[in-house]
Amino acid sequence: MAAPLTLLLVVAVTIRAALYRSSLAEVIAERVEVVSPITAWKRVIEGLALLDLGVSPYSGDVFHETPLVIYLFHFLVDYAEITFMLADVISAIALYLAVKEYNKQVVRKKQKFALEADRYPQDCLELIRSPKEMLYIPLKVAMFYLLNPFTILSCVAKSTCGLNNAVISLFILTTIKGNALLSAVFLCLATYQSIYPLTLCAPAMLYLMQRQYIPVNYRRASFWWFVVQYLFMYLGSLFVLICLSFFLLGSWDYLPSVYGFILSVPDLTPNIGLFWYFFAEMFEHFRLFFLCVFQINVFFYTVPLSIKLKDHPVFLMFMQLAVISIFKSYPTVGDIALYMALLPVWSHLHRFLRNIFLVSCVLLACSVLFPVLWHLWIYAGSANSNFYYAITLLFNVAQILLVSDYFYAFLRREHHLIHGLYLKKKDGSEATLVLK
Amino acid sequence: MAAYVNRCSNLLVFIFILSVFLFVDSQQTTPVNEQHTNTADNPQPAAESATQTAEEGRWEATEVDEAALGDSAADKLGVRASDTFVLTPTPQPKDDFQEELVIRPLHSGDIYASFQFRTLWETDFMRENKVSHYRLFPKSLGQVISKFSVRELHISFTQGYWRTMQWGQPFLPSPPGAELWVWFQDSVTDVDAAWKELTNVLSGIFCASLNFIDSTNTVQPSASFKPLGIVNETDHRFLRYATLPREIVCTENLTPWKKLLPCGSKAGLAVLLKSEKLFHSSFFSQTVHIRPVCQDRECKTTSWELRQTLNVVFDLHTSGQGKREWSLFKMFSRTLTEACPLASSSKIYIDVTDNPQEEYFELSPATPLLSQAVVLGDRRTFSVYDLTQQVTFGTVRSLNLLIRWKSTEGDMLRPLLHAERYVAGYGLQTGEIHTVMYNNHPFRSFPVLLLDSVPWYLRLYIHTLTVTSKGKDNTPSYIHYQPSKDRMRPHLLEMLVQLPPHSVTEVTVQFERALLKWTEYTPDPNHGFYVGSSVISALVPSSVAMDTNITQEQPLFSSFFPCKEESSYFVRVYTEPLLVNLPTPDFSMPYNVICLTCTVVAVGYGSLYNLLTRSFQIEEPNPRLAKKIANFIRRIRGVPLLS
Repeated sequence: MAAPLTLLLVVAVTIRAALYRSSLAEVIAERVEVVSPITAWKRVIEGLALLDLGVSPYSGDVFHETPLVIYLFHFLVDYAEITFMLADVISAIALYLAVKEYNKQVVRKKQKFALEADRYPQDCLELIRSPKEMLYIPLKVAMFYLLNPFTILSCVAKSTCGLNNAVISLFILTTIKGNALLSAVFLCLATYQSIYPLTLCAPAMLYLMQRQYIPVNYRRASFWWFVVQYLFMYLGSLFVLICLSFFLLGSWDYLPSVYGFILSVPDLTPNIGLFWYFFAEMFEHFRLFFLCVFQINVFFYTVPLSIKLKDHPVFLMFMQLAVISIFKSYPTVGDIALYMALLPVWSHLHRFLRNIFLVSCVLLACSVLFPVLWHLWIYAGSANSNFYYAITLLFNVAQILLVSDYFYAFLRREHHLIHGLYLKKKDGSEATLVLK
Repeated sequence: MAAYVNRCSNLLVFIFILSVFLFVDSQQTTPVNEQHTNTADNPQPAAESATQTAEEGRWEATEVDEAALGDSAADKLGVRASDTFVLTPTPQPKDDFQEELVIRPLHSGDIYASFQFRTLWETDFMRENKVSHYRLFPKSLGQVISKFSVRELHISFTQGYWRTMQWGQPFLPSPPGAELWVWFQDSVTDVDAAWKELTNVLSGIFCASLNFIDSTNTVQPSASFKPLGIVNETDHRFLRYATLPREIVCTENLTPWKKLLPCGSKAGLAVLLKSEKLFHSSFFSQTVHIRPVCQDRECKTTSWELRQTLNVVFDLHTSGQGKREWSLFKMFSRTLTEACPLASSSKIYIDVTDNPQEEYFELSPATPLLSQAVVLGDRRTFSVYDLTQQVTFGTVRSLNLLIRWKSTEGDMLRPLLHAERYVAGYGLQTGEIHTVMYNNHPFRSFPVLLLDSVPWYLRLYIHTLTVTSKGKDNTPSYIHYQPSKDRMRPHLLEMLVQLPPHSVTEVTVQFERALLKWTEYTPDPNHGFYVGSSVISALVPSSVAMDTNITQEQPLFSSFFPCKEESSYFVRVYTEPLLVNLPTPDFSMPYNVICLTCTVVAVGYGSLYNLLTRSFQIEEPNPRLAKKIANFIRRIRGVPLLS
C-alpha cells in the first residue's frame, strides 16, 4: 500500500506547490472562509514584525496565535510553505496509519470475536465488513484529507489550522496505537492551540481503557486509576507548555489574548461559523448570556455522547471533531476538512444514511455561494450582510444534518447487529424501525 | 472714543510733572521705546509719548525703522528685521493683553485673516493657596489649569481643510475637526482620570463634543508633540493627544471662545468676529493655547500665556461678486473704531511682501508704517496699523481697510514641505493608507516626524509598512508603534523619516476593516468613519536667519513656535482626514438574526438529543381514530371488536 500513498502524497504536494506559485495564493490567503483571525498567516507575520519592533505581539489585537507558533515561525518563516505542506502530509500519514490500525482491530478483535461467540444474528453477515472491503479505507482517508479542496485552500492560505490538524491527527494516531503518554501530550498540544480539543479527552480515555481491557465502570478502582493517570499526563504536559510559553515571552499576556479571544469572541470578522453575525447583532445586555450558551454548546455534548458511545470511542472522536468544527467560535474550512477526512471510515454506514444526497448538494452549493455572496456584499455592494449570513446558516444546518445522519446510521447499524437486519413484526410482516 | 481722548489729555497734564523725573531714565534705557502698556495701568508710556509728541509731534510705531521712514518706499524693503528690534527687555506688568490681526492676500485671490490675542499673567496656578483674583485671564481656564494640574493645553476647532499648496503655510496649523493635546504636571498620579475629566470640562466650556474623547481615540505620542513652553521634563506619560475629525465647528463654539477675551466682542479687534461672516468661508479655525513662558532671557520669572488665535480664509468666489476687492467691512461686515482699552498693543498687519510697488494690489488707507518679521523661514514685510493711535482711524473715526487687486498673476513660493493622504484599494475588506510627503527644497534634505493615529477598527498591519523616496526604500531611523486594542485604544505609529531634497516620499500601510457590533456604528454608518489627520512635524531649513531670542518683541503671529537654531524653523503639517467605509450588518435584523441562529443551534441540539435519548423500536402502527371510536361503541354494545 505504500506506492499508492506515495503517489497520493506526490500529487497533493504538487498541487499545493503549483498553487503557491500562482497568483491565486494571495487571493486565497484573504478569504474569510479559509482563514480566521486566529489562524491567518498575515497575522502570524504581523506578530513576528511586532516582535522585531520590540513590541509584545500580544499588546495589540492582531495576533492571537500561541507563543509556540510564533517561536516556531521565528525560525521557519522562510520555509513556511514547506512547513505547511509538511503539516498536511503528516496529518494524512497519521490518519492513514491510524485508520489502518483501527481497521485491523475492528476485524481482528471485534468482528471475529463477536462472530465466533455468535453474538451477531445470522442475517447480519452482510453488515459485517470483510478485510478486503476495508483494504482501501486508509488510503481513501488520506486522499479525502489531502485532496479535499478545503484542505488545499487552507494549506495554500498558510492557515495555522493545518498545524492544529496535524497535531490532532497525531493525537488520533497515538491514541489508536495505544500510547497513552503520547496521546496525552498531543491532546495537550491541540488544547493549547485552541482550547476546544479538550473534549477529545473523553474518547481518548475510553479508547485506551478499551484497549487495556479496563472496564468502564465507575465502581472499579482500575477505572479511576487510569483516569487519574491520563489526566495527570494531560494536565502535566499542559502545565509544562503554559510555563514554557510564559518563559518564551516573559509575560502572561498571551493567556487573555489567545484564550480570552477564543472564548469572548471580540472579533466579528465574518466566517463560516454561527458566532460573528449573531454577536454583531446581539443586544449588549444579553451578550454574556448568549456567549456562555454558545460556548457551552461545544463542550456540552461530550458527556451524553460519551455515555451513548462508550463502546465506540473512535466514532465518538469523529462526532466530537464535527461538533467542535461546527460550534467553535472561529471555524474555518480547514477544521471541516479534518472530520470529513474520517468519513470513509464510516463508509459501511451508507445504506442507513437518510439524506446524504441532499446534504452533500447543500454543502457543495454553499461552498460555491460563499465567495459569490461575499463578492456581492463586500465588493459589488449589491447585496448586504444578510446574504452571506444566510449561506453560513445553511452551511451549518447541512453540517449538522450530516453529522446527525451519520450518528443515526451508526446507532441503527448497532441496533441491527444485535437484533438482526430483517426485523419482523409479531404477525410476521416486515417491520419498520422508529426512534422512540 | 471721545472719552478716551479726554482721559488721555487729563493724564498728560499730570504726567508732564512726572516726566521731568522720568525723562532721563527713559532716554537711557529705551532708545526706541517699546512700551504699549495700558495708560490706565502705567503712566510711563504716556509720559514718553508726551515727550515724543512734544519733540516730533508724531507717534512712531516701534517696529518701524525710523531711518527708513524718511526714505523712499523701495528702500524700506531693505531694512533688516534685526535692526528694528533694538531694545532691552523692560519690566512687564503682572498681566498684559495684546491683540493683532494679520491679513495676507493669497495668490489664489483668497484672503487669509489671522487674529491673535495673547494674555500673559505672571502667577502660579500650582501653588497651595488658590488663585482667586482674575483680571485679564479668564477665570474658567485658570480654574481648569489649577484643578487638573495642566502644564500645557492646546485646543483647536477647525472647519475646512488648509490647502497648503494654494495658500502656503498657515501661521498656526490645525487639523480639520477638533484637536486637543495636554501636558500634565508630573505631580499628576492618575493621568487618564484627569484627562477624562478635563475633556468633559472643556467640552462644557467650549460647547463642543470633546466628551467623545476617550481611550479609543487618545494616544501618547513619544516625539511629535513636545511642550512648547518652558520644558522641564518630557516624559510622554504626561501627554495626551486626541483628535475628533468629525467635529463640526460653528457659532456655538465661537461664542464661548470670544467670551474668554478680556474685551469680549465689545471692543477691539474682536468686534470683527461675527459668526455669520466667519462661517461663510473656506477655512475657519479657532484655537486656545495655554503654556508657561519665560518672562526674560534668563528665564528667572515665568508667566502663563494664553494665546487665542482665529484663522479664517475668505473665498473670492463665494462673496466677492466677481470683483477682486476686499475690505474689512466686506469680510466681517464691521469696521474698526477702537482698540480694546485693556490691550497694551493692538495692531493690524497686512502682508505686502509680494507687493512692494503696489503692482498687485492697492491698499487704502495707506499707512507709512512698515514692519518686517521672519515668519516660517521667510522674511515678510507688513504694513502696520496701530489701533491704539487715533490717527489710524482718520477723520471718519473708523478704519475700513480696503484691498483692491490690480493684476491676477503672481506665483507663490512653493511650501518647502507639504503632505497629502488617501486610502487606496476597493471593496470593504482591506485597504491601504498612502501618505505622500513632498520636500520641495532644491538641495537640502531634512528629517520629519510622521504621526498617525488610526482607530482600532482599521486593523493596521505594520509588516506591510513601506517608505519609499525616489523609487528607493527609505528606512525610517525611528519607529514607535503601539498596536491597537479592540474597543480600547487606537493604533499609534510615529516615525522619523529623512526626506531627500526635491523628492516625494510615500508611506503606505495596509489595513483590514473590522465588522463592528451594530450598536457601535454611527447613526449614518454608510457615510463612513473618519480617521484623524496625520501630523508631520519638521525642522525645515530656513533661507533666512531665524530669531532665536524668544523674549524679543515680535509680532505675535511669528512667535508661537519656539525657535532653537537660526538655520531652521519648526513646521507642523496636517494631512487630510480620511473617510473610510466599513462593512455594515443589517441594522433592522437583530431579532431575526437571534431567532434564526438560535434555530440552527436548536436544530443541532434537537437532532443530537433525539438520537441520544431515544432508542430504536419496531413500529407498531396505531389503530386509526375511526376504528377506535367504532370499537368503543362496539364495546358498549357488547359486539366483538374490530381487529
